Amino acid sequence: MNLIAVRSIYRFEMARARRTLLQSVVSPVLSTSLYFVVFGGAIGSRITEIEGVSYGAFIVPGLIMLMLLTQSVSNASFAIFFPKFSGTIYELLSAPVSHFEIVLGYVGAAATKSLILGLLILGTASLFVPLQIAHPLWMVLFLVLTAATFSLLGFIIGIWADNFEKLQLVPLLVITPLTFLGGTFYSIDMLPPLWQTLTLFNPVVYLISGFRWSFFNLADVSLFASLGMILLFLSVCLGIVAWIFRTGYRIRP
Amino acid sequence: MTDMPTATQPSPATAPDTGHATPIIRVENLTKTYASGYQALQPIDLEIRRGEIFALLGPNGAGKTTLISIICGLVNPSGGRVFADGHDIVRDYRAARSRIGLVPQELTSDAFETVWNTVSFSRGLFGKPPNPAHIEKVLKDLALWDKRNNKLLTLSGGMKRRVLIAKALSHEPQILFLDEPTAGVDVELRRDMWNVVRGLRDAGVTIILTTHYIEEAEEMADRIGVINKGEIVLVSEKHALMRKLGSKQMTLQLQAPLGQVPEALAGYPLELADDGYALVYSYDASREQTGIAGLLNAVTGAGIEVKDLHTHQSSLEDIFVNLVRERQ
Repeated sequence: MNLIAVRSIYRFEMARARRTLLQSVVSPVLSTSLYFVVFGGAIGSRITEIEGVSYGAFIVPGLIMLMLLTQSVSNASFAIFFPKFSGTIYELLSAPVSHFEIVLGYVGAAATKSLILGLLILGTASLFVPLQIAHPLWMVLFLVLTAATFSLLGFIIGIWADNFEKLQLVPLLVITPLTFLGGTFYSIDMLPPLWQTLTLFNPVVYLISGFRWSFFNLADVSLFASLGMILLFLSVCLGIVAWIFRTGYRIRP
Repeated sequence: MTDMPTATQPSPATAPDTGHATPIIRVENLTKTYASGYQALQPIDLEIRRGEIFALLGPNGAGKTTLISIICGLVNPSGGRVFADGHDIVRDYRAARSRIGLVPQELTSDAFETVWNTVSFSRGLFGKPPNPAHIEKVLKDLALWDKRNNKLLTLSGGMKRRVLIAKALSHEPQILFLDEPTAGVDVELRRDMWNVVRGLRDAGVTIILTTHYIEEAEEMADRIGVINKGEIVLVSEKHALMRKLGSKQMTLQLQAPLGQVPEALAGYPLELADDGYALVYSYDASREQTGIAGLLNAVTGAGIEVKDLHTHQSSLEDIFVNLVRERQ
């Protein structure tokens, strides 16, 4: 195991985030905080509580998930897309590093960044709305698994994309809609019956439900369905990454 | 750039020898067909000797970069095997790659990184623990020390190329690949680059460079391999090859134009060019007697005033034509 290389990649990526602090940290925290101000403060006070939880607090787990998914994907996809785009990937490919080490370095850094963001947003949210965390360990587990899984997805997108447009395509057209429709702002009980059934095909529902359960003890689907879904997603992403490296898809012709 | 970079552990074992030792790179039956069906490499066999400078010559699209890319791990081979210092580049890629440094043809860089950081990153990526003294030495040898805190985007093209060399040397490789190191580089820098390469060779590094400038191969290489259409057409000691390919031209720029080649010079293979303002003499530079002295005397004797003169080596294209003709 070339741990020095893993650490080099990891540090390089973290240094990039520090260099672009405004864009990579301040901007997502600020934009998510706006939701708390608007929904938690202004509109939330006029919406009735959901199963005993104030609306402002109810949306916090969903919003953290929304940010976690989009940031994990964009961090990891950019991190591997850019060397491919600029050509500096030659060095990575010629280095004595295994595929696993490459993924560990890039995905580890991307996941770390979005975890830090998630915790920052959680802290910010607690300034605006009263928060309780019923199962802190479960909360951290969901946070870590989700960050890792979607950073892997981002890595895959970064390899697949051969231009900047494609890089944005999946986050904008798939992940954001699925998250908004995945119960960030509502409990799926509030939907008409047909939509309740359709929603169960949206994987993000399971993530948000499990994560929200760790806060308020209330869930749309069972805890183990949530956990199963994220583990399934993780395995699928791992499988695709393994396939990418075995075939050299778009990186090693 | 006065100092010679010394990249690696110069030990007697890696000193240049006469080629009797085991080759440092062995290419066996290597083929590459891209997914598009394009066959970039015909079955190739090649051996690079420990400590030599090997120039791989060939026109654009001949397969030079593909061959290098396979050896360095950027491209998967379709068939055949490659050994670097005895290690299979696929099965034993860690050992093989840790011995190899690659300077790519394209000037790619992490624009917002500093020189120091990007070179240190390369060392880490190759699994070597930090060694600021070595990085400092490499940067100083490449005249980059003053620029160590500059971001890469502020550097000139020549400086960027040196940074790529510094990155490749950061992990103390035994084998250095230089893919078109002087493409688009001005004359002065090209000289510098040649000095750098010689210094590395003296330090025990085996160097494989690709080029399509015959002058470069002539200036630098111990041995030359010619590749064309994915096939190694010939591998030869430089001196032997130069003798074989030694056709040159000398051009005399005249003060006044001539209508025809004067009688007195009829014994020489001369042609008029440039509306009579130039006399072009073709000769074999590898021969003992090139006939230049005699010609110049005869020109003076004929009362022709010469303003300037220069000589010109056959282009690589000419050489290819000759090679192909010979093979038929």
